Amino acid sequence: MAGKIFAAIVVLVTLATAYCVIAHVWWMPVDISVHGPKIDQQLEETMLVAGLLFVAGQVVLAAFVFLYGGAKNRPKQIPGGAKYLVLFAFLIVGAEILALSFVGSKAWGAVYFEAPDPNSLHIDVQAGQFAYYFRYPGPDGTFGALHPELINEGNQNFFGIDTDHDPDAKDDIVTAEMAIPVNKPILLTLHSKDVGHSFDVRELRVQQDFVPGLIIPIHFTATQTGRFEIVCTQLCGLGHYNMKAYLSVLSQADYDDWLKKQAAMQ
Amino acid sequence: MKAVAKIAAMVSALLVIAAGLLYSSRTVSAAAQGQITGTIKLDGQVPHQKPIDMSKDPSCAQTHTGAPATAENVVVGPNGGLANVVVYISQGLSGNESVASQPVKMEQKGCQYFPHVLAMNVGQHLTVLNDDKTAHNIHPEPKPGGGNIPWNKSQMEGSPAVDAVWSTPEVAIPVKCNIHPWMRAYIAVVKGPFGVSNESGSFKLDGLAAGTYTLTAWHETYGTQTQTVTIAAGKPVSVDFTFKAK
Repeated sequence: MAGKIFAAIVVLVTLATAYCVIAHVWWMPVDISVHGPKIDQQLEETMLVAGLLFVAGQVVLAAFVFLYGGAKNRPKQIPGGAKYLVLFAFLIVGAEILALSFVGSKAWGAVYFEAPDPNSLHIDVQAGQFAYYFRYPGPDGTFGALHPELINEGNQNFFGIDTDHDPDAKDDIVTAEMAIPVNKPILLTLHSKDVGHSFDVRELRVQQDFVPGLIIPIHFTATQTGRFEIVCTQLCGLGHYNMKAYLSVLSQADYDDWLKKQAAMQ
Repeated sequence: MKAVAKIAAMVSALLVIAAGLLYSSRTVSAAAQGQITGTIKLDGQVPHQKPIDMSKDPSCAQTHTGAPATAENVVVGPNGGLANVVVYISQGLSGNESVASQPVKMEQKGCQYFPHVLAMNVGQHLTVLNDDKTAHNIHPEPKPGGGNIPWNKSQMEGSPAVDAVWSTPEVAIPVKCNIHPWMRAYIAVVKGPFGVSNESGSFKLDGLAAGTYTLTAWHETYGTQTQTVTIAAGKPVSVDFTFKAK
Protein backbone atom coordinates (compact mmCIF):
# COMPACT_ATOMS: atom_id res chain seq x y z
CA MET A 1 0.00 0.00 0.00
CA ALA A 2 2.81 2.41 0.97
CA GLY A 3 4.43 1.70 -2.40
CA LYS A 4 1.28 2.67 -4.26
CA ILE A 5 0.92 5.93 -2.29
CA PHE A 6 4.58 6.72 -2.94
CA ALA A 7 4.11 6.05 -6.67
CA ALA A 8 1.15 8.44 -6.74
CA ILE A 9 3.18 11.15 -4.95
CA VAL A 10 6.08 10.73 -7.39
CA VAL A 11 3.68 11.17 -10.34
CA LEU A 12 2.04 14.24 -8.73
CA VAL A 13 5.40 15.93 -7.99
CA THR A 14 6.56 15.19 -11.55
CA LEU A 15 3.41 16.65 -13.10
CA ALA A 16 3.52 19.75 -10.88
CA THR A 17 7.20 20.32 -11.74
CA ALA A 18 6.56 19.81 -15.44
CA TYR A 19 3.64 22.24 -15.30
CA CYS A 20 5.82 24.95 -13.67
CA VAL A 21 8.43 24.60 -16.41
CA ILE A 22 5.97 24.39 -19.33
CA ALA A 23 3.82 27.30 -18.06
CA HIS A 24 6.98 29.39 -17.34
CA VAL A 25 5.86 29.99 -13.75
CA TRP A 26 9.39 30.92 -12.69
CA TRP A 27 11.06 32.01 -15.85
CA MET A 28 13.69 34.45 -16.97
CA PRO A 29 12.80 38.14 -17.24
CA VAL A 30 12.08 39.60 -20.65
CA ASP A 31 15.02 39.55 -23.05
CA ILE A 32 16.41 42.94 -24.12
CA SER A 33 19.35 41.88 -26.27
CA VAL A 34 19.92 41.07 -29.93
CA HIS A 35 21.60 37.73 -29.24
CA GLY A 36 19.13 36.81 -26.45
CA PRO A 37 16.54 34.93 -28.55
CA LYS A 38 19.18 32.38 -29.58
CA ILE A 39 20.03 31.73 -25.94
CA ASP A 40 16.38 31.55 -24.96
CA GLN A 41 15.67 29.11 -27.77
CA GLN A 42 18.61 26.96 -26.72
CA LEU A 43 17.40 27.02 -23.15
CA GLU A 44 13.91 25.96 -24.25
CA GLU A 45 15.37 23.07 -26.25
CA THR A 46 17.56 21.99 -23.35
CA MET A 47 14.61 22.13 -20.98
CA LEU A 48 12.46 20.16 -23.43
CA VAL A 49 14.98 17.33 -23.91
CA ALA A 50 16.01 17.23 -20.25
CA GLY A 51 12.36 17.59 -19.21
CA LEU A 52 11.17 14.66 -21.35
CA LEU A 53 13.86 12.43 -19.88
CA PHE A 54 13.04 13.68 -16.39
CA VAL A 55 9.32 12.87 -16.80
CA ALA A 56 10.05 9.50 -18.38
CA GLY A 57 12.50 8.63 -15.59
CA GLN A 58 10.05 9.58 -12.86
CA VAL A 59 7.18 7.67 -14.48
CA VAL A 60 9.32 4.53 -14.77
CA LEU A 61 10.33 4.95 -11.13
CA ALA A 62 6.67 5.33 -10.13
CA ALA A 63 5.67 2.30 -12.21
CA PHE A 64 8.32 0.09 -10.63
CA VAL A 65 7.37 1.22 -7.13
CA PHE A 66 3.68 0.69 -7.94
CA LEU A 67 4.20 -2.82 -9.31
CA TYR A 68 6.91 -4.11 -6.98
CA GLY A 69 6.44 -1.94 -3.89
CA GLY A 70 5.25 -4.90 -1.77
CA ALA A 71 7.92 -7.09 -0.20
CA LYS A 72 6.38 -10.40 -1.40
CA ASN A 73 6.49 -10.15 -5.18
CA ARG A 74 9.72 -8.15 -5.39
CA PRO A 75 11.86 -9.60 -8.24
CA LYS A 76 15.34 -10.81 -7.40
CA GLN A 77 16.85 -9.07 -10.42
CA ILE A 78 16.01 -6.45 -13.01
CA PRO A 79 13.62 -7.96 -15.62
CA GLY A 80 15.53 -8.78 -18.77
CA GLY A 81 18.87 -8.33 -16.99
CA ALA A 82 20.88 -5.15 -16.38
CA LYS A 83 22.95 -5.33 -19.56
CA TYR A 84 20.32 -3.91 -21.95
CA LEU A 85 19.15 -1.33 -19.44
CA VAL A 86 22.66 0.04 -18.99
CA LEU A 87 23.24 0.00 -22.75
CA PHE A 88 19.94 1.82 -23.33
CA ALA A 89 20.77 4.48 -20.68
CA PHE A 90 24.26 4.90 -22.08
CA LEU A 91 22.98 5.48 -25.61
CA ILE A 92 20.13 7.80 -24.74
CA VAL A 93 22.11 9.94 -22.26
CA GLY A 94 25.11 10.01 -24.58
CA ALA A 95 22.96 11.04 -27.54
CA GLU A 96 21.40 13.79 -25.46
CA ILE A 97 24.74 15.19 -24.29
CA LEU A 98 26.14 15.15 -27.83
CA ALA A 99 23.03 16.78 -29.27
CA LEU A 100 23.02 19.52 -26.63
CA SER A 101 26.74 20.18 -27.11
CA PHE A 102 26.54 20.45 -30.90
CA VAL A 103 23.31 22.44 -31.03
CA GLY A 104 24.22 24.54 -27.97
CA SER A 105 27.66 25.47 -29.26
CA LYS A 106 25.92 27.35 -32.07
CA ALA A 107 24.21 29.71 -29.64
CA TRP A 108 27.40 30.02 -27.60
CA GLY A 109 29.51 30.60 -30.70
CA ALA A 110 27.13 33.31 -31.88
CA VAL A 111 27.99 35.24 -28.73
CA TYR A 112 31.69 34.45 -28.33
CA PHE A 113 33.06 33.70 -31.80
CA GLU A 114 31.60 36.64 -33.62
CA ALA A 115 33.84 39.68 -33.74
CA PRO A 116 32.39 42.78 -32.07
CA ASP A 117 31.03 45.50 -34.34
CA PRO A 118 33.94 47.87 -35.17
CA ASN A 119 31.69 50.81 -34.23
CA SER A 120 30.99 49.40 -30.79
CA LEU A 121 30.99 51.67 -27.78
CA HIS A 122 33.89 50.38 -25.70
CA ILE A 123 33.47 50.42 -21.92
CA ASP A 124 36.08 49.15 -19.50
CA VAL A 125 34.64 47.31 -16.48
CA GLN A 126 36.54 46.67 -13.29
CA ALA A 127 35.31 44.38 -10.57
CA GLY A 128 36.70 44.44 -7.05
CA GLN A 129 35.46 43.34 -3.65
CA PHE A 130 32.58 44.37 -3.67
CA ALA A 131 31.68 46.83 -6.38
CA TYR A 132 31.87 47.45 -10.09
CA TYR A 133 33.32 50.55 -11.70
CA PHE A 134 33.00 51.55 -15.34
CA ARG A 135 35.30 53.60 -17.53
CA TYR A 136 34.42 55.48 -20.71
CA PRO A 137 37.32 56.64 -22.91
CA GLY A 138 36.10 60.24 -23.19
CA PRO A 139 36.25 62.45 -26.31
CA ASP A 140 39.68 61.14 -27.44
CA GLY A 141 38.33 57.59 -27.66
CA THR A 142 41.43 56.21 -25.92
CA PHE A 143 41.71 54.74 -22.45
CA GLY A 144 44.54 55.89 -20.23
CA ALA A 145 47.01 53.25 -19.11
CA LEU A 146 46.31 51.45 -15.83
CA HIS A 147 48.75 51.71 -12.93
CA PRO A 148 47.52 49.38 -10.18
CA GLU A 149 49.82 51.09 -7.65
CA LEU A 150 47.84 54.31 -8.17
CA ILE A 151 44.53 52.72 -7.16
CA ASN A 152 43.21 54.83 -4.28
CA GLU A 153 39.57 54.25 -3.54
CA GLY A 154 39.50 57.01 -0.92
CA ASN A 155 40.46 59.42 -3.72
CA GLN A 156 37.95 57.89 -6.14
CA ASN A 157 40.77 56.53 -8.32
CA PHE A 158 39.27 53.06 -8.65
CA PHE A 159 41.14 52.10 -11.84
CA GLY A 160 44.59 53.47 -11.03
CA ILE A 161 44.75 56.01 -13.87
CA ASP A 162 47.26 58.86 -13.87
CA THR A 163 45.15 61.92 -14.66
CA ASP A 164 48.03 64.27 -13.77
CA HIS A 165 50.50 63.02 -16.37
CA ASP A 166 48.73 60.75 -18.85
CA PRO A 167 46.91 62.72 -21.60
CA ASP A 168 44.86 59.63 -22.53
CA ALA A 169 43.64 59.27 -18.95
CA LYS A 170 42.76 62.94 -18.47
CA ASP A 171 39.39 62.67 -20.20
CA ASP A 172 38.54 59.13 -19.03
CA ILE A 173 35.16 59.08 -17.34
CA VAL A 174 34.84 56.72 -14.39
CA THR A 175 31.35 55.91 -13.13
CA ALA A 176 29.71 53.71 -10.54
CA GLU A 177 26.71 53.09 -12.76
CA MET A 178 26.74 51.83 -16.34
CA ALA A 179 24.71 53.60 -18.98
CA ILE A 180 24.54 52.63 -22.65
CA PRO A 181 22.59 53.88 -25.65
CA VAL A 182 19.82 51.57 -26.87
CA ASN A 183 20.42 49.68 -30.17
CA LYS A 184 24.14 50.49 -30.10
CA PRO A 185 26.68 47.64 -30.13
CA ILE A 186 28.56 47.59 -26.84
CA LEU A 187 31.97 46.07 -26.20
CA LEU A 188 32.96 45.46 -22.59
CA THR A 189 36.43 44.55 -21.43
CA LEU A 190 36.22 42.89 -18.04
CA HIS A 191 39.07 42.83 -15.56
CA SER A 192 39.22 42.15 -11.86
CA LYS A 193 41.49 43.81 -9.36
CA ASP A 194 41.37 41.03 -6.78
CA VAL A 195 39.46 37.74 -7.08
CA GLY A 196 37.04 36.07 -9.47
CA HIS A 197 33.76 37.92 -9.99
CA SER A 198 31.07 37.82 -12.63
CA PHE A 199 29.07 40.25 -14.73
CA ASP A 200 25.46 39.14 -14.96
CA VAL A 201 22.55 41.06 -16.43
CA ARG A 202 19.69 38.60 -16.73
CA GLU A 203 17.71 40.76 -19.16
CA LEU A 204 20.73 40.99 -21.47
CA ARG A 205 21.34 37.24 -21.31
CA VAL A 206 24.95 38.07 -20.49
CA GLN A 207 26.81 36.25 -17.76
CA GLN A 208 30.57 36.29 -17.88
CA ASP A 209 33.18 35.67 -15.20
CA PHE A 210 35.97 38.09 -14.39
CA VAL A 211 39.28 36.26 -14.02
CA PRO A 212 42.10 38.10 -12.24
CA GLY A 213 44.95 38.70 -14.68
CA LEU A 214 42.81 38.36 -17.81
CA ILE A 215 41.03 41.00 -19.85
CA ILE A 216 37.88 39.34 -21.11
CA PRO A 217 35.90 40.97 -23.93
CA ILE A 218 32.16 40.53 -24.27
CA HIS A 219 29.79 42.27 -26.65
CA PHE A 220 26.04 42.76 -26.97
CA THR A 221 23.40 45.18 -28.16
CA ALA A 222 20.46 46.21 -25.98
CA THR A 223 17.10 46.64 -27.67
CA GLN A 224 15.00 48.22 -24.92
CA THR A 225 15.47 51.16 -22.60
CA GLY A 226 15.18 50.68 -18.85
CA ARG A 227 17.11 50.23 -15.65
CA PHE A 228 18.49 46.79 -14.87
CA GLU A 229 20.60 45.19 -12.18
CA ILE A 230 24.18 44.03 -12.73
CA VAL A 231 24.94 41.37 -10.15
CA CYS A 232 27.94 39.30 -9.21
CA THR A 233 27.14 35.60 -9.60
CA GLN A 234 30.55 34.29 -8.58
CA LEU A 235 30.99 33.92 -4.81
CA CYS A 236 33.74 36.45 -4.11
CA GLY A 237 33.82 37.03 -0.34
CA LEU A 238 31.78 38.24 2.60
CA GLY A 239 30.21 41.17 0.75
CA HIS A 240 29.31 39.11 -2.34
CA TYR A 241 25.58 39.44 -1.62
CA ASN A 242 25.95 43.22 -1.87
CA MET A 243 28.06 43.34 -5.03
CA LYS A 244 25.94 45.00 -7.65
CA ALA A 245 25.57 48.01 -9.88
CA TYR A 246 22.89 49.33 -12.18
CA LEU A 247 22.69 49.38 -15.95
CA SER A 248 20.65 52.14 -17.60
CA VAL A 249 19.76 51.61 -21.22
CA LEU A 250 18.97 55.10 -22.52
CA SER A 251 18.01 56.78 -25.75
CA GLN A 252 21.04 58.28 -27.53
CA ALA A 253 20.06 61.81 -26.40
CA ASP A 254 19.59 60.77 -22.77
CA TYR A 255 22.86 58.87 -22.90
CA ASP A 256 24.74 61.92 -24.21
CA ASP A 257 23.29 64.02 -21.38
CA TRP A 258 24.21 61.39 -18.82
CA LEU A 259 27.77 61.14 -20.09
CA LYS A 260 28.15 64.93 -20.01
CA LYS A 261 26.98 64.97 -16.39
CA GLN A 262 29.39 62.19 -15.48
CA ALA A 263 32.26 63.99 -17.21
CA ALA A 264 31.51 67.11 -15.17
CA MET A 265 31.78 65.08 -11.95
CA GLN A 266 35.30 63.77 -12.65
CA MET B 1 52.23 80.98 78.73
CA LYS B 2 55.67 80.34 77.27
CA ALA B 3 54.66 76.80 76.38
CA VAL B 4 51.59 78.04 74.55
CA ALA B 5 53.73 80.45 72.51
CA LYS B 6 56.15 77.60 71.71
CA ILE B 7 53.34 75.35 70.47
CA ALA B 8 51.85 78.21 68.47
CA ALA B 9 55.22 78.89 66.86
CA MET B 10 55.68 75.20 65.99
CA VAL B 11 52.17 74.93 64.57
CA SER B 12 52.58 78.05 62.50
CA ALA B 13 55.98 76.83 61.28
CA LEU B 14 54.39 73.52 60.27
CA LEU B 15 51.61 75.40 58.55
CA VAL B 16 54.13 77.46 56.59
CA ILE B 17 56.01 74.31 55.55
CA ALA B 18 52.76 72.58 54.59
CA ALA B 19 51.64 75.59 52.59
CA GLY B 20 55.03 75.70 50.91
CA LEU B 21 54.82 72.03 50.03
CA LEU B 22 51.31 72.46 48.72
CA TYR B 23 52.42 75.43 46.64
CA SER B 24 55.42 73.62 45.21
CA SER B 25 53.36 70.55 44.38
CA ARG B 26 50.88 72.88 42.71
CA THR B 27 53.59 74.31 40.50
CA VAL B 28 54.58 70.73 39.57
CA SER B 29 51.03 69.96 38.43
CA ALA B 30 50.82 73.32 36.69
CA ALA B 31 53.89 72.28 34.69
CA ALA B 32 51.87 69.41 33.14
CA GLN B 33 49.22 71.90 32.05
CA GLY B 34 51.38 73.07 29.16
CA GLN B 35 49.35 73.62 26.06
CA ILE B 36 50.18 73.81 22.36
CA THR B 37 47.73 75.51 20.07
CA GLY B 38 48.12 76.43 16.45
CA THR B 39 46.70 76.64 12.97
CA ILE B 40 47.39 74.56 9.90
CA LYS B 41 47.12 76.15 6.50
CA LEU B 42 47.25 74.86 2.96
CA ASP B 43 49.39 76.90 0.60
CA GLY B 44 48.29 76.56 -3.00
CA GLN B 45 45.31 75.37 -4.92
CA VAL B 46 42.90 73.01 -3.20
CA PRO B 47 42.64 69.86 -5.33
CA HIS B 48 39.21 69.01 -6.70
CA GLN B 49 37.35 66.59 -4.45
CA LYS B 50 35.39 64.21 -6.64
CA PRO B 51 31.73 63.66 -5.82
CA ILE B 52 30.93 60.12 -4.69
CA ASP B 53 28.42 58.11 -6.71
CA MET B 54 26.64 55.89 -4.19
CA SER B 55 24.09 54.45 -6.64
CA LYS B 56 25.38 50.96 -5.92
CA ASP B 57 23.58 51.03 -2.57
CA PRO B 58 20.30 52.98 -2.82
CA SER B 59 20.06 53.29 0.98
CA CYS B 60 23.35 55.24 0.91
CA ALA B 61 22.36 57.37 -2.09
CA GLN B 62 19.09 58.35 -0.37
CA THR B 63 20.96 60.07 2.44
CA HIS B 64 22.61 62.47 -0.03
CA THR B 65 19.70 63.69 -2.14
CA GLY B 66 20.95 67.30 -2.00
CA ALA B 67 24.60 67.91 -2.70
CA PRO B 68 26.49 64.66 -3.29
CA ALA B 69 29.10 63.59 -0.77
CA THR B 70 32.65 64.17 -1.96
CA ALA B 71 36.01 62.57 -1.35
CA GLU B 72 37.77 63.96 1.75
CA ASN B 73 41.44 63.68 0.83
CA VAL B 74 41.93 67.41 1.27
CA VAL B 75 39.38 69.32 3.35
CA VAL B 76 40.02 73.05 3.54
CA GLY B 77 37.87 75.56 5.42
CA PRO B 78 36.81 78.96 4.07
CA ASN B 79 39.85 80.70 5.63
CA GLY B 80 42.36 78.28 4.10
CA GLY B 81 42.68 76.15 7.23
CA LEU B 82 43.56 72.51 6.51
CA ALA B 83 41.35 70.06 8.39
CA ASN B 84 42.05 66.45 9.38
CA VAL B 85 45.70 66.98 10.30
CA VAL B 86 46.82 64.90 13.25
CA VAL B 87 49.27 66.72 15.53
CA TYR B 88 51.13 64.67 18.12
CA ILE B 89 54.38 64.47 20.07
CA SER B 90 56.81 62.20 18.24
CA GLN B 91 59.83 62.79 20.56
CA GLY B 92 60.35 64.05 24.09
CA LEU B 93 57.64 62.24 25.99
CA SER B 94 58.56 60.95 29.46
CA GLY B 95 56.69 57.69 28.92
CA ASN B 96 54.44 58.30 31.94
CA GLU B 97 51.66 59.94 29.96
CA SER B 98 48.21 58.75 30.91
CA VAL B 99 45.92 57.07 28.37
CA ALA B 100 42.76 58.99 27.50
CA SER B 101 40.05 57.24 29.51
CA GLN B 102 37.01 58.05 27.38
CA PRO B 103 36.46 55.81 24.36
CA VAL B 104 36.76 57.57 21.02
CA LYS B 105 33.77 57.25 18.71
CA MET B 106 33.68 56.61 14.97
CA GLU B 107 30.31 56.66 13.22
CA GLN B 108 29.22 55.29 9.87
CA LYS B 109 26.60 57.73 8.67
CA GLY B 110 25.35 58.23 5.11
CA CYS B 111 27.95 55.62 4.09
CA GLN B 112 30.83 57.82 5.18
CA TYR B 113 32.97 57.79 8.31
CA PHE B 114 32.60 60.49 10.96
CA PRO B 115 35.17 61.67 11.73
CA HIS B 116 37.16 61.00 8.59
CA VAL B 117 40.40 61.24 10.60
CA LEU B 118 40.60 60.46 14.28
CA ALA B 119 43.43 60.23 16.74
CA MET B 120 43.59 58.10 19.87
CA ASN B 121 46.02 56.75 22.42
CA VAL B 122 47.56 53.31 22.51
CA GLY B 123 45.26 51.34 24.81
CA GLN B 124 42.33 53.70 24.45
CA HIS B 125 39.02 52.15 23.38
CA LEU B 126 37.56 52.77 19.93
CA THR B 127 33.78 52.48 19.53
CA VAL B 128 32.46 52.04 16.00
CA LEU B 129 28.75 52.64 15.38
CA ASN B 130 26.56 51.99 12.34
CA ASP B 131 23.79 54.58 11.91
CA ASP B 132 22.97 53.47 8.37
CA LYS B 133 20.13 51.35 7.05
CA THR B 134 22.63 49.03 5.42
CA ALA B 135 25.43 46.70 6.42
CA HIS B 136 29.03 47.85 6.63
CA ASN B 137 32.25 46.05 7.23
CA ILE B 138 34.93 47.83 9.20
CA HIS B 139 38.32 46.88 7.83
CA PRO B 140 41.36 48.65 9.31
CA GLU B 141 44.61 47.79 7.58
CA PRO B 142 47.61 48.56 9.80
CA LYS B 143 51.09 48.13 8.31
CA PRO B 144 52.10 44.46 8.28
CA GLY B 145 54.66 43.66 10.96
CA GLY B 146 54.12 46.96 12.75
CA GLY B 147 52.57 45.44 15.85
CA ASN B 148 48.93 46.23 15.21
CA ILE B 149 46.84 43.38 13.89
CA PRO B 150 44.41 43.96 10.99
CA TRP B 151 40.80 42.95 11.44
CA ASN B 152 37.59 42.97 9.44
CA LYS B 153 34.19 42.94 11.13
CA SER B 154 30.74 43.12 9.61
CA GLN B 155 28.20 45.38 11.23
CA MET B 156 24.61 44.97 10.13
CA GLU B 157 21.98 47.66 10.45
CA GLY B 158 21.18 48.13 14.15
CA SER B 159 24.05 45.93 15.35
CA PRO B 160 25.80 46.75 18.63
CA ALA B 161 28.91 48.92 18.60
CA VAL B 162 32.23 47.36 17.67
CA ASP B 163 34.97 47.89 20.25
CA ALA B 164 38.69 47.88 19.48
CA VAL B 165 42.04 48.75 21.09
CA TRP B 166 45.39 49.30 19.35
CA SER B 167 48.62 48.05 20.93
CA THR B 168 51.25 50.06 19.03
CA PRO B 169 51.61 53.68 17.90
CA GLU B 170 50.88 54.00 14.16
CA VAL B 171 50.11 57.11 12.11
CA ALA B 172 47.84 56.37 10.51
CA ILE B 173 45.87 53.16 10.01
CA PRO B 174 43.62 53.34 6.93
CA VAL B 175 40.10 52.00 7.45
CA LYS B 176 37.90 50.85 4.60
CA CYS B 177 34.54 49.27 3.97
CA ASN B 178 34.63 46.64 1.24
CA ILE B 179 30.89 46.86 0.66
CA HIS B 180 31.14 50.60 -0.05
CA PRO B 181 34.64 51.03 -1.52
CA TRP B 182 34.52 54.84 -1.47
CA MET B 183 34.47 54.88 2.36
CA ARG B 184 37.81 55.78 3.91
CA ALA B 185 38.92 56.82 7.39
CA TYR B 186 42.29 57.09 9.11
CA ILE B 187 43.01 56.24 12.73
CA ALA B 188 46.18 57.77 14.18
CA VAL B 189 47.34 55.78 17.22
CA VAL B 190 49.79 57.77 19.34
CA LYS B 191 51.20 58.06 22.85
CA GLY B 192 50.67 61.22 24.84
CA PRO B 193 48.58 64.27 23.98
CA PHE B 194 47.27 64.72 20.44
CA GLY B 195 45.05 67.02 18.43
CA VAL B 196 43.24 66.91 15.10
CA SER B 197 42.75 70.13 13.16
CA ASN B 198 39.21 71.29 12.43
CA GLU B 199 37.88 73.09 9.33
CA SER B 200 39.49 76.36 10.40
CA GLY B 201 42.78 74.50 10.70
CA SER B 202 43.16 74.97 14.44
CA PHE B 203 44.29 72.29 16.85
CA LYS B 204 45.11 72.00 20.54
CA LEU B 205 47.30 69.68 22.61
CA ASP B 206 46.78 69.70 26.38
CA GLY B 207 48.51 68.32 29.45
CA LEU B 208 52.17 68.71 28.52
CA ALA B 209 54.92 69.01 31.12
CA ALA B 210 57.62 71.63 30.62
CA GLY B 211 60.30 70.44 28.23
CA THR B 212 61.41 70.25 24.63
CA TYR B 213 59.38 68.18 22.20
CA THR B 214 59.28 67.24 18.55
CA LEU B 215 55.82 68.02 17.27
CA THR B 216 54.67 66.11 14.18
CA ALA B 217 51.77 67.04 11.94
CA TRP B 218 50.45 64.31 9.63
CA HIS B 219 48.06 64.69 6.72
CA GLU B 220 46.77 61.80 4.58
CA THR B 221 47.65 63.53 1.28
CA TYR B 222 50.52 65.85 2.19
CA GLY B 223 52.51 63.64 4.54
CA THR B 224 54.31 64.79 7.69
CA GLN B 225 56.02 67.92 8.98
CA THR B 226 57.87 68.34 12.25
CA GLN B 227 58.82 71.26 14.49
CA THR B 228 60.73 71.45 17.75
CA VAL B 229 58.81 73.10 20.56
CA THR B 230 59.98 74.15 24.00
CA ILE B 231 57.37 74.54 26.67
CA ALA B 232 58.11 76.59 29.75
CA ALA B 233 56.20 75.67 32.91
CA GLY B 234 52.54 76.43 32.51
CA LYS B 235 52.92 78.66 29.47
CA PRO B 236 50.85 77.99 26.34
CA VAL B 237 52.82 77.81 23.09
CA SER B 238 51.58 78.56 19.62
CA VAL B 239 52.85 76.51 16.66
CA ASP B 240 51.65 76.83 13.07
CA PHE B 241 52.19 74.48 10.13
CA THR B 242 51.82 75.19 6.43
CA PHE B 243 51.44 72.36 3.94
CA LYS B 244 52.18 73.01 0.29
CA ALA B 245 49.63 71.81 -2.22
CA LYS B 246 51.24 69.51 -4.78
